[in-house]
Parts: sequence; structure tokens; C-alpha cells
Amino acid sequence: MATYSTSEFRGGLKILLDGDPQVVVENEFVKPGKGQAFSRVRLRNLRTGRVLEKTFKSGETVEAADVMDTDMQYLYTDGEFWHFMVPSSFEQYAMSQAALGGSAQWLKEQDVCVVTLWNGEPLSVTPPNFVELKIVQCDPGVRGDTAQGGTKPATLETGAVVKVPLFVEEGETVKVDTRSGEYVSRV
Amino acid sequence: MTDLNWRPGAAAARAHRARLNAELRAFFAALGVLEVETPLLSAGAPQDPAIESWRASAPDGASGYLQTSPEYPMKRLLADGAGDIYQLAKVFRGAEQGRRHNPEFTLLEWYRVGYDHHRLMDELVELVHTVAALDPRWHRPGGGVRRLSYCDLFREALDLDPLSCTIDDCAAAAADAGLDLTGRLGRDAWLDALMSLVLAPRFPSDRLTLVFDYPESQAVLARPSESSPGCASRFELYWGDLELANGFHELTDPEIFLARRNRDRARRASEGQECPEVDPFFAAAMLSGLPDCAGVALGVDRLLMRLLGTQDIGTVIDFPWGRA
Repeated sequence: MATYSTSEFRGGLKILLDGDPQVVVENEFVKPGKGQAFSRVRLRNLRTGRVLEKTFKSGETVEAADVMDTDMQYLYTDGEFWHFMVPSSFEQYAMSQAALGGSAQWLKEQDVCVVTLWNGEPLSVTPPNFVELKIVQCDPGVRGDTAQGGTKPATLETGAVVKVPLFVEEGETVKVDTRSGEYVSRV
Repeated sequence: MTDLNWRPGAAAARAHRARLNAELRAFFAALGVLEVETPLLSAGAPQDPAIESWRASAPDGASGYLQTSPEYPMKRLLADGAGDIYQLAKVFRGAEQGRRHNPEFTLLEWYRVGYDHHRLMDELVELVHTVAALDPRWHRPGGGVRRLSYCDLFREALDLDPLSCTIDDCAAAAADAGLDLTGRLGRDAWLDALMSLVLAPRFPSDRLTLVFDYPESQAVLARPSESSPGCASRFELYWGDLELANGFHELTDPEIFLARRNRDRARRASEGQECPEVDPFFAAAMLSGLPDCAGVALGVDRLLMRLLGTQDIGTVIDFPWGRA
């Protein structure tokens, strides 16, 4: 089993802690001049997304987490599961809504996403940074209060709701930044 | 392909460092304290369990250690009657790298004959205030120095007596403070954890804090305290939560020195740490007689960080380890 010592802790390192895979966000070396050294570590739990702070005595070792990012094509959802495929091997994986979290609202069939596998099981999915989605519902033309910054809500084909400029119409396709959930442009 | 790491990284601090070095030298020149130079490379090294020496070797088989501080040779000068001395020295410590640590850094170390640690603390504070006032671009510590004993600090902030508390007491105090700590720690390591991770972060951020009279188990080369039983006459200076300096009313009793050295070597061996070669000359100098004196070592890189208001030691060192 691979292990890492605290001196190897870097942002992005994936370790197994309290039974969950966690990624090191930040590692700060703390040591009094004449005393014991410590690593003060910020970790993000890859299963729950929760961020926590832990302190390790310098030189402690932890188990590596068998976590791998793989490009996969999103195929379809059957309502209960979302199905993905590795294009090169045609290998398929199914994810539940719980594992997908907020990513589900950006998934369009055929799009390539990054699926994170832990011990071979899907743990989370990262949609492309930018997706192009069709507006299935929004109020027409210029209506409403322009004091709201000149935007209106639009429902996209995947179910996501984003704020779009007043001139954008139903049926148009828009480009959205999935990291911020913000409208970028018309396509 | 060009590796951009060739470039120096501390251009903004360079002239400040040059001025700081000049002002530190001027401070001691005015006091009549003599600048000295001692070897960076020595045949032996200290045995402190928490300080690791870099080993150096030559193709002809000669080997030694890069100094972790100039303390031993400076004390040999003192034992020879050199009087008040100071040095701006490069020092090297293994396995120390981070936002506030670089394996190679600069210490300002000085000794005053006939001083005790309280008198040297006064001089240390005067030095920081004097230097900080010299350049209008430099940050100055706020007025007044918080000055308290190690025991009072622990009692007031944690309701813990650092001389009598157990490992379980320390663990409970750490847990109360929200510290989630992994790893088996001895009592002193627990006290270090509370000091560095709980207490120092609560020190007033713009002021100096002096902590004095450390537990005897953390005496290093400080003499046993006469006024505080169970303690040693050691002190540390913090600016905000940043440890800047460590000093002692120096231990002059060679028997106590040898007993502590043996204790440190035994501790290293029991933890599976390598024991460096013992310095062949220092014990002899102690036996010959160190004058009554106090000494302190101040981290110059860290002082510069505070003067410039920066948070990372890489802002004041052009070529930190990894790019050196």
C-alpha cells in the first residue's frame, strides 16, 4: 500500500483519512525553533466535499487514496442513474444523483466530463468548464425590472436556471461557465 | 527550454535587507559589541532532538556539519575572554521548509557578558524598536511589549500548569481549542503544539510578546532559574504570532551541560533519529569556564518579513531552497 509522509503533502495529493478519500488543499509547516515540527493541513473530503483542518506531527504517514480522474462521455440518464462511458474502452459507469450533486444540471448527452474514480467506483464528476445549452423557457423580450441589472432567468435544456441578458430569447443556445453558473455569451 | 526559476524572487526586499544589515551592524558598533566570524562548517554538531544538521563531505573523505547556529564557536570565543560579541551568520537546518522556514537562513546572534536574560530581553526589544523606526517604509511594532512567563501564559490562556500537566491534560486542552492532532507526542511536543498552534496565534498581531522561564525540560543551554523552580532562564520573542528570537541566561555549569547532552542523545536514539558527531571542542570550552553571560539569536529573514509586512519567507530571500 502506498503511503505519504507529511513532507510529501502538496496541494492536490489524495490521501485516505477516516475511511474517506481526501485531497490536500494546503499544507503549512509549523515548527518552534527548538521544538517539535507539525504539518497543519487543509483537506477536502472528496466524497462529501467538506473541508477540514488537521494537524499532523511531522513525519507521520498516511495511506494514499486510489483516486483517478478519467475523461468520460456522458451518455444518458434513466431517471435514477446517470451513465458515462470511457470513449477508448467503451467501459461504462453509472452514478447516482447523490454522487453527482450539482453537476447533474450541466450534463448534456455526448459531452466529455472528468469522472473521478475511487477504488474503481465513480466518486464525483466535473463537467466541462464551458457548456453550450439551449434555452427551453424564458420570458420574451424586455420585461421586468431593469434595476435587476438587466437580466432575466432562463431555464436550459438540462434543467439549470441561469441569468441571461434581456435580449436573449427562448430557443437560442447560450454558453455558460459551469464553475460560476454564469452566462457567457450567445452561440 | 528556459527554466524561469533562474530569476531571483525577492527584488523588492533586496535593498531593505542591505539597509537592515547595515543598521544592525551600526547598532552594535554604537554599543561597542564586536563583530566576529566563526566557521560555517564544523566537525561536530549539537544534539538537540528537534534540530537536524546538514552533513557535508568532501571527496577526500573529510566530513563535517553545516552549523545550525553559531552558538558553540561563539561561546568558545567567550570562554577565551572575547567579551561582548555578535555575528550575522548563515545557518542551515534540515527538514525545515515552509512559509516561515527556509533550510538556509540568517541569524543575528549576540552575547553580553554579565547580563541576565531579563537585561538582554530589554536590549532585544530596544534593537527591534530602534531598527524599525529607521526607515519610514518599515512597519513598526505597536507600543508596549507583552512580557510574561511561560507558566503564566499557559495558566492564563489554557488553565494548564506546564510544569505538572500530563499528556492527557495537554490533549484535552488542544481538543478544547479545536486542534485535531494526529501522531503520538511526548509531553514537551504537546507543549510545543499548544504554544505554536494555539497560544502564539492569539498573540496581539502588531505587538511584541516576550515569553520567559521555559520548563527545565526545554532548557536547551539556558541555566536553571533561581526564581522559578522547575524552569530555565530561557526566553523567546514573538512579533505577532511569528517567533523572532530565542535567548538564554547562559548555562555555565559543564556537568549540567553534559547531562543534558546525554539526555538529548538518548532521546534521539529512542526516536530512531541519527545522532551527529559530538563537537569535540565545545565541552572542553565549557569545562574551561564560560563567563556569566546572556545570549540571543534573532531570525533576520523573519524580522525583515515583519518590517516589510510580508507573509512568506520567499519574499525576502532571492533564491530559497528549491531554487538555490
